[in-house]
Amino acid sequence: MQPVGLNVYLMIAGILFVCGVVCMATKRNAIGVLMGVELVLNGANLNFVAFARYTKLGLDGQVISLFVIVLAAAEAAIALAIALNFYNNHLTIDVDRADELHG
Amino acid sequence: MSEILKHGPLVVFGATAVGGAIAVVLTQNVVRMAFWLILSLGAMAGLFFSLNADFVGTAQLLIYVGGTLVLLIFGVMLTASGPFVSIKSSAGDLVKSGVAGGLLLTLILITACQVHWESTPAYDEVGVMSAGYNATADGNTTRPLGHAFLGARPDKDLGRPPTDHLSPGYLLPFEIVSVHLLVVLVGAAYLARAKKRKA
Amino acid sequence: MRWEYGEIHTEMAGMNVFLADGGIAEYLVRHWEYRQGTALAIAALIHAVLIIHFFAVAPLVFIWLERKVAGRIQDRLGPTRVGGKFGWLQTLADGIKLIQKEDLCPQAADRMLFRLSPYLVFVASFAAFIVLPWSDGWIAQNLDVGIFFMLAVMSLEVMGVILAGYSSGSKWALFGGMREAAQVVSYEIPMAICALVPVTVLGTLNMVEIGWAQSGFLTNWMIFHDPFCFIAFFVYFTVATASVKRAPFDLAEAESELVAGFHTEYSGIRWSYFFMAEYGSMFAVSGIATALFLGGWQTGIGIEEAILIPLRGWGENFLFKGFTVGNYIANLVGCVVFISKGCLLVIVQMWVRWTLPRLRIDQVMAACLKYLLPISCFLFLGVTVWPLILYEASSAMSATPRTTLGRPLGEKGHSPEPRGRTSDGKKTSSVPGQEARS
Repeated sequence: MQPVGLNVYLMIAGILFVCGVVCMATKRNAIGVLMGVELVLNGANLNFVAFARYTKLGLDGQVISLFVIVLAAAEAAIALAIALNFYNNHLTIDVDRADELHG
Repeated sequence: MSEILKHGPLVVFGATAVGGAIAVVLTQNVVRMAFWLILSLGAMAGLFFSLNADFVGTAQLLIYVGGTLVLLIFGVMLTASGPFVSIKSSAGDLVKSGVAGGLLLTLILITACQVHWESTPAYDEVGVMSAGYNATADGNTTRPLGHAFLGARPDKDLGRPPTDHLSPGYLLPFEIVSVHLLVVLVGAAYLARAKKRKA
Repeated sequence: MRWEYGEIHTEMAGMNVFLADGGIAEYLVRHWEYRQGTALAIAALIHAVLIIHFFAVAPLVFIWLERKVAGRIQDRLGPTRVGGKFGWLQTLADGIKLIQKEDLCPQAADRMLFRLSPYLVFVASFAAFIVLPWSDGWIAQNLDVGIFFMLAVMSLEVMGVILAGYSSGSKWALFGGMREAAQVVSYEIPMAICALVPVTVLGTLNMVEIGWAQSGFLTNWMIFHDPFCFIAFFVYFTVATASVKRAPFDLAEAESELVAGFHTEYSGIRWSYFFMAEYGSMFAVSGIATALFLGGWQTGIGIEEAILIPLRGWGENFLFKGFTVGNYIANLVGCVVFISKGCLLVIVQMWVRWTLPRLRIDQVMAACLKYLLPISCFLFLGVTVWPLILYEASSAMSATPRTTLGRPLGEKGHSPEPRGRTSDGKKTSSVPGQEARS
C-alpha cells in the first residue's frame, strides 16, 4: 500500500472544486450559487494546506488558507446582503429573474 | 487491519467531504443543500487536522461552519417565499454542466496525478528542523502562525545564517484583511437594512 | 518522556483529534506491542467511551439536581419517591419513559433533516469534551488550540437547533430556531472575547498549560489575577448561560410564547438528545470557566506541591506494566476537584434559572450587543494594557531607571514543566496506566 501522500488530498480538493463549479453553474437559487462558491474556496483551501504539509511551502500555505477563510466569511456576508436586497426587490431568489438589463 | 485503521480518519473525512459536496450539487432543496454543506465543510476541518493544521481546522469550524453557514441558513430562511423552498434547475443545464464538470475533473485529476510531488522535499525535511525548531510537526501551529501574522518567521529563519534576508511575514496583509472585514460588515449591514418593498 | 517511535509519531500527528495520539496509544504500542493503527483505534475508543459515560451520566444527575434545586427555591420538596427518600432515580424513570415513547415525525416536516438534527446538536456538544482537561494528563486530546477548538465546536450546536426548528414544519419551531440563531450567534462574540482575556495573560490556548499556570494557592487563579479578569469571569458566565440557552435567556424554547420553541415537534428519545446536549453544554461552558478562571483541576489550597506532586511516580508498575499508583491518585484528586468546580457552576446556573424571570427577545439582543459586547471589548483592551499600567506604577514608586519595557503579556509565571508534556511542546495525553515512562 502506498503511503498516503499529497495526491489523495489533491483529488479530494479537485472533486470539491468541480462540485462547486457545477453548483455555481446549475443552481438558480442565489444562496445555492453562494454554496458553490464556498465549495470552490474550500477545495482551494485544502490544496493550500496539503501543500503546506507535504512540500516546501510550509506555514505560508496555512496562513493563506486562514486569509481565504476570513475573506470567504466577508464574501458570504456581502453576497447575502445582495441576495436579501434582490429578494426585497423581486420577491424571489431565482437568479434567472435578474434580467432587467438583458436588453 | 492496522493500515486501514491508521488511514481511517483520512478515509472517513475524505469520503464525507466528497459525498457532501456531490450531495450539495444533486439536491434541489436549499436547506438540505445547507445540511450537506455543513457535513462537507466539517469533514474538511477534519482533513485540515489530519494535515497537521490544527489552527486552520479549528478556524474552519468556528468561522466557516459556525459562522458563514449559519449566515447562509439565515439567508435561506429570510428569502424563502414558502416552506421548504426548492427552485429546480433544468435537466438540460444539469446534463451540460455535468459533462463540462466531468471534463474539468478529469483534467484536474490527471494534472494532479501526473506530477511527482514525492520528488519535492517535504516541509519537515528542510530548513529549520536542523535548528531544533519543530513546533509545526505536531500540528502545534498556533504560535508559529501568530509569529507569521506579526511579521516574524522563526519557522523559516531560525536555521539560516544571519546574513540572509529575513523571510517576509504577514503583518500588512493581516491588517488589511481586518480593516477589509470591518468595511465589508458595515457595507453588508447597509445593504441589507430594511427598506420599503417596491413590488 | 520523548516519543521514540518516529514512524507512529509522524503518522499519528495526522490524526490528532479523533484518534488520540500519545497517551493510551503510545502506552499500548510500548508496553503491549500493539500495531500502531490498532493502538490508535483502541485509544480513541477508550477516550470516547469514558467521555460518553460522563456525557450520559451527568445529565441524569443534573436533571435530578435541577428538580431538587427548583423545588427548594419554590419552597417545595421536588421528587421524593422514586428510588428512596430523595428521588434519586427520578431521571432514570424519566429516561425509560422517554425511550418507550413513540418517535413522532410530523407530516409537514422535512423528514430527513428532522431526524438528523438532534444528532447534530448532540455531536457538537459531545465534541467539546474532547479538549476538556479533567486532570493534569487526563485529557482526550491535548490540542495546542484547546480553548479555541472548544469554542468552535460549541458554536456548531446552533446549526442543529436551527435545522430542527426549520425542518419541523411548524411556526413555533421556526420562531424558536430563528431566535436561537440570532441569539447564539450574537452571544458567541462576547463569549470568545471574554475567554481571550485570561488567554491573553497566559499566552497559551492549551488547556493543560492554562491549568498548570494556575497552580499553587487560590490567589494564583486567573480570576484573581487582575481586575479585568475578575470582571471577565462574571461577564463570561452570563454570556455562557445565554449561549447554552438557559433561563433567563431561554428564548429559543420560551414555553409561554412558543409552546416549546425549536423542539415543539420532538418527542421521545430525539427530544431527550436535545436535553442531554443542553446539560452537556452546561457542564462544558462551566468547564471552560473552571479551566480558564477557577484554576482547573488545582485545589487552590496549595496541596499540589506539598502532597500530590511528590506522590507522582510512587508505586510504579503496581498491578500491570506501566501503572503507577501515585500518578493515578494525583490525577484522580484533580479530576474530582475539576468536576466539583464544574458542578458548582452548573448549580449556580440552575439557581439563576429558577430565580430570574425570562427576558424578552429584544432585551436579550440589546443586553448582548449594547452592553456585554462593549464590556468584553473594554476588558480585553484593559487586560492588554494592564502589565504596562503595573509597570508604570511600580517604576514610579521605586524610581528605578527605566531600562526595558514591561514584561511581555504572557508574564504570569508558569509552574514546573507540566508532566505529560515534553520540552518541545509535544502533545501527549495520558491515562492512569501510561505515566510510569515519564
